[in-house]
Amino acid sequence: MVSLTPAGAQSRVPRISYIRTPEGRHLDSHAAVATDKENERVTSDIVIGGVRHRFGDVLALEATDLTIPAHERLAIVGPSGCGKSTLLFAIAGLLEPTEGTIQIGADRTARGRLRHCALMPQKDLLLPWRSALDNAALALENRGVSKQEARSRAQPLFERFGLGEFESHSPAQLSGGMRQRVAFLRTLMADKEILLLDEPFAALDSITRAQMQEWLLGALGSVPRTVVLVTHDVDEALLLTHKIIVLSARPGRIMVTLDTNFPTNLPRREIVTSPEFANLKQQALEALEC
Amino acid sequence: MLNVETPAVQGPRFGVGRNRASNLVRNYGPAAVLVLIAIAVWEASIRILDVPSYLWPAPSVIVQSMAEDTDVLRSATWVTLKEVLIGFAIAIAAGLLVGIVLHVSRTIRRAVYPILIASQSIPTVVLAPVLVLLMGFGIGPKLVVIALFTFFPIVVNTVDGLGSVDRDYIRMMLTLDASRWSIFRRVEFPAALPLVFSGIRIGATYAAIGAVFGEWAGSDAGLGYEMLQAQGRLDTPQVFSAVILVTLIAVCLFAFVSFVERLAIPWAHGDGTAGGKAME
Repeated sequence: MVSLTPAGAQSRVPRISYIRTPEGRHLDSHAAVATDKENERVTSDIVIGGVRHRFGDVLALEATDLTIPAHERLAIVGPSGCGKSTLLFAIAGLLEPTEGTIQIGADRTARGRLRHCALMPQKDLLLPWRSALDNAALALENRGVSKQEARSRAQPLFERFGLGEFESHSPAQLSGGMRQRVAFLRTLMADKEILLLDEPFAALDSITRAQMQEWLLGALGSVPRTVVLVTHDVDEALLLTHKIIVLSARPGRIMVTLDTNFPTNLPRREIVTSPEFANLKQQALEALEC
Repeated sequence: MLNVETPAVQGPRFGVGRNRASNLVRNYGPAAVLVLIAIAVWEASIRILDVPSYLWPAPSVIVQSMAEDTDVLRSATWVTLKEVLIGFAIAIAAGLLVGIVLHVSRTIRRAVYPILIASQSIPTVVLAPVLVLLMGFGIGPKLVVIALFTFFPIVVNTVDGLGSVDRDYIRMMLTLDASRWSIFRRVEFPAALPLVFSGIRIGATYAAIGAVFGEWAGSDAGLGYEMLQAQGRLDTPQVFSAVILVTLIAVCLFAFVSFVERLAIPWAHGDGTAGGKAME
C-alpha cells in the first residue's frame, strides 16, 4: 500500500506473498492492496560499524556494531540516557556520530541516510494549524505534490487505519491515541523503507498504549518496513519486534541480543501471558539490571 | 477514548444573537461601567468646584465643542487616520521582512540585532523635527515617525517567534524530506504568528501617538496640529476633543488587529474550531 502512484496497470496481481508473516489481523482484507511500487521498494540493510558518540565530554554511546537486515523489526531497549535515541538519530541521519560509520545501502553520509528513513517521535508533533489529514500529507507536500493531490493520496490511509471520520479534525480535537495514529500515518506517508520509532507511545496511558501497540502491529503487518523501535518498555519491545537489543546505562553498550518473533496471529493477551514471553522478559530485565 | 469536543448545539437565531450580546456585556461591560463612572465623577467635580473650561473642561463642554467643530475635527481625523494606517502598514511590512532576514541569516542577525536594540534608546520624538527638516511638511516625516514607533515590537516578536520552534519539529520535518523553505513556510512561519500578532497589537497602540508627535514637529493638518492650534487659543475643550479622537483611532486599530488575528490563527485561541496553544 502506500503506493503513492496511482495503482500501476502493468501487473496488478496482488502479491500477497510479499507480506511475509500473515499478521495484521485487523487488516488482512487489505493486505492485497500492496502494489507494484511497494514491491519494487529498494530495500537496504542498515550496517552500523564501531559507532561511538560524544556530547562534549560525555560519552553517550559506546562502540556499537550492528547490522539490521531489510524488513527486520528491531527494538532497542535501555534505561533513560543510555544513548538509544542518539543511536536512532544517527541512523536517521539527523546527526553524524563522532566515531564509526552507519551505512544504509550505499549511503554513508547523514544526508544520504535521511533519504531512507522516516522518524516517528515520542511527542506526536502534529502541527496545530493543520487538520489531521493535512498533517499526514506533510511529506508529500514537502516533495512538491499539490495540497489537493496530497490530501487525496493520504485519504485512503485514513479510511484503512480507522481514522476516516477524523480527517478534518484539528489535532486539538483528537485524543492522545488518535494523535499518535495520525503521527504514524504521517511517518508512513513519507514512503521510506525504514521507520524509526522513538518511544512512540511513551506519552500515553497504559490502556491506550496497549491498544496502540496492537494497532501498530496490525498496521506494520500490512505495510512491511524495516523498523527500529526505541523504547524503555520491555513488553512493548517483545510484542512489536523480531529482535531486541538491550543497551546498558550510559555510555550505552549492547548487553544482550534476544530473538522474539511471536506468532502474531495470537491475541496480545495470550502472548503476554505465555511462558516464552515471560522467559524473554526475564532475560531482558536481567540485562537491564547489570 | 475519543475526546472529541462536541460542537455546541445551535439554538434558534435570536438565541445566538442574545448569546453574542451577553458575551459583549461580559467582555466589555466592566470597562464601560468604569468609564461612565469616571465621566460622571469628572462632570460633577468640575461643576461643584466651578473650574473654568480653559483649565479643565467638563465632559459636557467637550461634547459641545466637538459638535460645534465637527467639520474641522472630521477632516483632521481623516488626515491623522490616513497617516496612521499607511505608517503602520509600512512598519508591519518592514518589521516582518527584517525579522525574517534576521532569522534566516545568523550572520546578519549577529551584526544587526544589537544595533537594532540600541537604536531603541534614541528618542524618536527628538528625531521628528530633523525629519521635518529633511522631508518637509508633508506626510513623509509622519509616516517615518509612526513606522519607527511601531516597527520595533514587530521585529523583535517576529525574530523570537520564528526562533521559538522546538528542534523536534525541525527534525521531524527533515525526515519528511523538507527543504529549508518548506520548514520555514509550513512550520516556522505559522508557529511564529501568535507572537507576530502580539507584536503588531503592541505596535497598534503606539501608532496614533507616533502620528501626533509627527504632526507636532511640523504640519498643517491633522489631530496633532489641531491640538497645538487649540492650545494656542486656550481652547482646551478642543484639545480634549482631539485627544479623544486620537484615542479612538488607537482603540479601533487595536480591535481591528485582534479581529484579523482571530480570523488568521483560530488554532491559537482555542475557540471551538481548534484549540490549545501552539507548540507545547
